[in-house]
Amino acid sequence: MSDAREKLEKNARLRREGGLLRDFRAMHWDEPLIMEMGRSGERGVIPPQATDVAEVVAPAEDLLPATLVRSLPPALPELSQPQVLRHYTRLSQMTLGVDVTIDIGEGTCTMKYSPKVNEQLVRSHKVLELHPEQPEESLQGILEICHRMAGMLGEISGMDDFSFQPGGGSAAAFGFAAMARKYFHERDEDRRDEVITTIFSHPCDSACPATAGYKIITLMPAADGYPDLVALKAALSERTAAIMITNPEDTGIFNPGIREFTRAAHDVGALCYCDQANLNGLLGVSRAREAGFDACHFNLHKTFSSPHGCKGPGAGALGVTAALSPYLPAPHIVAVEDGSAENGIRYRLDAQRPHAIGKLRAFLGNLAVVVRAYAWTMSLGARGLREVAEVSILNNNYLEAQLREIRGISYPYVGGHRRLDQIRYSFERLKEDTGFGTEDMKARFCDFGLQTWFTSHHPWIVPEPFTPEPCETYSKEDLDHWAAAMKRSVDDAYDKPELVASAPQRQACGRIRTWERFVEPGEWAVTWRAYQRKHGCGGLRDEQDASALDEAGG
Amino acid sequence: MVSDAMKPFVHPYIPNSVPEVKREMLADIGLNDVAEILAEIPPDLRLDRLLDLPAPLMSELDLKRHVQGILERNTSCVDNLSFLGGGCWSHFVPAVCDEIVSRGELLTAYSGSSYSDLGKHQARFEYNSLMAELLDYEVVVEPTYDWGSAAGFAARMAARISGRREVLVPENLGRERLSIIRELCEPDYMERHLPVRLVACDPLTGRLLLDDLKRSLSAATAAVYFENPGYLGQLEPGAADICALARAAGAVSIAGVDPISLGIVSSPGSYGADIAVGDLQPLGIHMSCGTGLSGFMAFRDDDRFIAECPFAIYTIVETDVPGEHTFGELLSGRTSYGQREKAPDWVGTQTGLWAICAGVYLATMGPQGMREVGDTIIRRAHYAARALERIPGVTLPMADAFFKELPVCFDGCGATVDDVNRALLERGLFGGRDLSGDYPWLGQSALYCFTEVHTRADIDRLIAALREVLS
Repeated sequence: MSDAREKLEKNARLRREGGLLRDFRAMHWDEPLIMEMGRSGERGVIPPQATDVAEVVAPAEDLLPATLVRSLPPALPELSQPQVLRHYTRLSQMTLGVDVTIDIGEGTCTMKYSPKVNEQLVRSHKVLELHPEQPEESLQGILEICHRMAGMLGEISGMDDFSFQPGGGSAAAFGFAAMARKYFHERDEDRRDEVITTIFSHPCDSACPATAGYKIITLMPAADGYPDLVALKAALSERTAAIMITNPEDTGIFNPGIREFTRAAHDVGALCYCDQANLNGLLGVSRAREAGFDACHFNLHKTFSSPHGCKGPGAGALGVTAALSPYLPAPHIVAVEDGSAENGIRYRLDAQRPHAIGKLRAFLGNLAVVVRAYAWTMSLGARGLREVAEVSILNNNYLEAQLREIRGISYPYVGGHRRLDQIRYSFERLKEDTGFGTEDMKARFCDFGLQTWFTSHHPWIVPEPFTPEPCETYSKEDLDHWAAAMKRSVDDAYDKPELVASAPQRQACGRIRTWERFVEPGEWAVTWRAYQRKHGCGGLRDEQDASALDEAGG
Repeated sequence: MVSDAMKPFVHPYIPNSVPEVKREMLADIGLNDVAEILAEIPPDLRLDRLLDLPAPLMSELDLKRHVQGILERNTSCVDNLSFLGGGCWSHFVPAVCDEIVSRGELLTAYSGSSYSDLGKHQARFEYNSLMAELLDYEVVVEPTYDWGSAAGFAARMAARISGRREVLVPENLGRERLSIIRELCEPDYMERHLPVRLVACDPLTGRLLLDDLKRSLSAATAAVYFENPGYLGQLEPGAADICALARAAGAVSIAGVDPISLGIVSSPGSYGADIAVGDLQPLGIHMSCGTGLSGFMAFRDDDRFIAECPFAIYTIVETDVPGEHTFGELLSGRTSYGQREKAPDWVGTQTGLWAICAGVYLATMGPQGMREVGDTIIRRAHYAARALERIPGVTLPMADAFFKELPVCFDGCGATVDDVNRALLERGLFGGRDLSGDYPWLGQSALYCFTEVHTRADIDRLIAALREVLS
């Protein structure tokens, strides 16, 4: 065997064992802002011209009211098409999507593989070029997919009815709160003006009902980390409209007393809502209905694989029991028997729903997201969904065994019990030992070519938190790699603090220097226009050129 | 023979579904079965059966054929010639836009940091910057779900900024948009509800009646929301007056605008609107049965507005490399991720990819492209209006100053919109949206939309079909 071959095999083995991190270097294009690019007169595309009507219709200026004629053209850059394409392709190369790397840090957000075949499906003109107000007979395909998906989600959740109108999980939580207020108003129970949630439920479970007009009561966990039934019972009253909670909670802890929670809420006449943005650990394992919930939502862009798209578009599938079904926003997709229709079924949009809340979003929602979710579910079936749950849980516990061995990392609560598909860990001890907290560690960690984690878990009840969710997408090697990168990052914090203090070194850009920009109104600049006003007319390039000149001169 | 149910289930999306790997991992953590972990869930809450779902289509080709087979039952706006608008519109999508939003790096990214997602952050800042030029503002925030949501959240911002409660909106407002705004402003039985009051519009021009606006303004007015163009397509020449009246009354003015008009139509910043909202969908985003909607928001660089805006706002920052930049969220503790119920409303996953797409669109079009596309739209629409008007019995009840949409009334033909649209459908056309339910004073009218995708020949085809149908 040649030396080279031997080395390759050794490296492959080491990598399998998590002992060898990749020698990552991010693409660094030093790409200017698009506002600084191009030359006057360049064109990126020629849109359709009005030449075919020019002989009979006057130019725009003559058709517009005088007060509305734009006097100055917008100061957009002027670029040829290859320049635009290359610029944005380079920007994409400096972005670590799931297609590129391991992204398990966004706990509760389930960064899973978005199958490519699903992208092909939604890029057909049979999806792309549909107008949502076309005649029903021309939308039979997409309505059928929605109807089938609602049926499958009904089986997955135990709920009786679904709406895909909410444009995301938070919008679904708001939708439920809007349904609750109408439901109780129709029952002359306007006195119900409180919603109870827990601190480890998603922020939308407090922010969305608050937007809907409810007062929020937030429960802290019991000392062992489990949601506190005693505290819930103390908070429940005839003023309670609903409990809105996440289960498993953000800590990854499944509330074993969930049935008692929903029973206690029902005992005072309140509704029960389960935020199942992330259902990954419970697919085919446990359902919201049996736990006593009246409603739930699933993020189709999380559990059901539709890509996150740099924060949307997503879809919050809002499921309810029959009692709440009349309150779902109109229109409602229904199937009716019709001998003349293909397969004998015709899909209709029912807008005559007297109890329905108002619209949550225009038209029917993000239906391309539903198509992807449908295809994903159909590729897996019942055994596949169960496999998703079991592998997600296995992956999480496998990763836990590695992370708990790393100094400086801990996680509180429910000692001796296992978590399902995620765990909220803490760098508290690391911070005490080294001064580096979770934000510092993110900067170092991404030097290994892995995506960072989400830290918006406020308030930080678990200090210096991070919440990996190693869902079914990731292989054993991926998890080994991730744990190895974490170990190295932590080791660096203890042993080579200068590396962490100056991180990142191998990313597409250097460490942020102007932190005051985030907090001082005179400093921040949200647009190029504001940047020029606040920080001088010279662009970034000028500053760089000046510094290059200084170096040359020095 | 081993039955299917007993065969190992190895799925291409699940690397660790390989039994041998699972055994290794379980052994590593000292377990025999995942069921031992599932014991954390009380037995009565554990399903003791497989879900009752259709058999999986594990072959990718089988799956593709199955879904395509269902989708084939759609008739798209490629199959048919469509004149539908009213909140979602057929516009030209440059190939570059499709290419960039299909890039897996961006399509599958989410909330990575200023370092690991530099490109995403820069594309977002560029969207902000390009929209800022189009709209004339210094602050552009991440877009929300759709136009109606942007308007509703803007109204709530205005209430917090002004300390007042009443929201004035034009009576011609689209009924869905009005419903979204009302849902966000809370029904009247909620303690903190914001009353949404309709201001009369001129029945002939569709413009907001300034006299009625003056009568409606009071010390209780938090916001004056108006549109330019409105749902019925009419432009608002009194935009500057509306903003001035609102300001004089101590209210916040909010303009809803169509961004694709702004190469030729005055910007909302130029006529003094405090906040601008609208939908990004015309800017290079396919309709996708409504999936392309995205509600943008822009406003002046004012601390109070920033403090009350629910959405993430990103600033450019410098790095320790001279001349180098990255981007991050300013006052990041401000939103509901930081403050939960104490935050201004909520933020969540909304429509980030469409912001990037709109940025690519504006960079591709440039000032000349935006002027040309606006010019083509308004001229084709006016060509269509003149041809429609010449059809016996057809009238245009509101054609004073419009951009790309206008109501077309069939009362004089003795036909209902429903009749006309059914006959058009038989001829491969989607007629305009029926307005007779929502705007009874317009009689049997439909909202027709004409854009740069409609050639003169397309419009002539519509006219010929209508003449035939109505004869």
